Amino acid sequence: MITTEQHIDPKLWSILEQVSDPEIPVLSIMDMGVVRSATISNDIVKVEITPTYSGCPAMDVIGDDIKKALKDAGYISEIDLILHPAWTTDWITPRGRKALENYGIAAPLETEADKDVLLNGKRLVKCTNCGSQNTRLVSQFGSTACKAQFQCVDCQEPFDYFKCLK
Amino acid sequence: MKENLYNFILGIADNSLILGQRMGELCGHGPSLETDIACTNISLDLFGQVRSYFQYAAKIAGDGRTEDDIAMLRKEREYKNVLLVEQPNIDFAFTLGRQFLFDVYHLAFLSELQKSTDLTLSAIANKCIKEVSYHERFSSDWVRRLGDGTNESNQKIQEAINSLWTYTDELFHQTKADIAMVEQGIGVDVTKLKESYYMQVGQLLEEATLEIPESKWFQKGGKEGVHTEHLGYLLSDLQYMQRTYPNMEW
Repeated sequence: MITTEQHIDPKLWSILEQVSDPEIPVLSIMDMGVVRSATISNDIVKVEITPTYSGCPAMDVIGDDIKKALKDAGYISEIDLILHPAWTTDWITPRGRKALENYGIAAPLETEADKDVLLNGKRLVKCTNCGSQNTRLVSQFGSTACKAQFQCVDCQEPFDYFKCLK
Repeated sequence: MKENLYNFILGIADNSLILGQRMGELCGHGPSLETDIACTNISLDLFGQVRSYFQYAAKIAGDGRTEDDIAMLRKEREYKNVLLVEQPNIDFAFTLGRQFLFDVYHLAFLSELQKSTDLTLSAIANKCIKEVSYHERFSSDWVRRLGDGTNESNQKIQEAINSLWTYTDELFHQTKADIAMVEQGIGVDVTKLKESYYMQVGQLLEEATLEIPESKWFQKGGKEGVHTEHLGYLLSDLQYMQRTYPNMEW
């Protein structure tokens, strides 16, 4: 069955929300959209997570962190890595986008705007430091697989931009 | 064991593994910090994709081997990657020229693999294609920039394309496993990708003010495990840890 819905047992929300992305500590994995389902059956919690990028080294850590958080809450758990449906930046929640911005990472633009920025040199990404749109692409690849490098022309701040993935 | 499926998966995964290793060699050696990071990011994407393929292959093999065993403990003749991806990083033009010639193919291949009746493979393709479209943008961009840059950069990328051209035709050869998988609706008929590949590559070379090589002499063998001398050296690096400290784990 193809579904983009999340199935999270309400009892597990608050536990899972405490787990954060090890590379972006301000961002909860729930706001990141990597947890696709979390259900309890026969006292065992089954959690399905999906990687942002195939090579994302954070996935193993996220899996371990989920297990630990659930264990602390008294649950035994099994973690499954699923690839389908593939993660998209649309799954980052509004709160997650805000957390990214506050942390100094520009949140992903829509597909077309993203292409304009990364390919055609258009200046649409807002500087996370001063808010200016007068920013330039330094490199399509940044400090992690999911980010590109930018610099603000006005305040000179270098910052990461979370690439659109759809 | 479903031998054809297993070999088909290895054929796809080995390309990413070997190219990932080549790009990873640039870690700390890229011409600038940004390109260094870009190339290693591409390497990381490819290794991530390889893990998905090899995990699936290990499941099919069902003989207790893990993804790591498949990646690290085969002999040279058992690697099924095309000759193109094992060619060395002679200079930056070679590295990006090779990446470009592979990316155009890779993108077209994954686009077809998304339609595979094998749901695991179509899910992997669906995931990978998003990453590979970034790779293709990056490498096309550099071929254009080098070709349309200075006389020296133009000459270097032209030389790279001329030397690598002989390895492009092999991308469209079919192995026994490939043919069987196409018949079952699992595989991709690569012969059908050839025409649009050369058209697309030709267009970009023209845009980059480069000449399309005329040579019709093409090398082959990688898909059957017969490699150029470069693969052995690459594997000795890749397999060093597992060979020196068997069964070690992180």
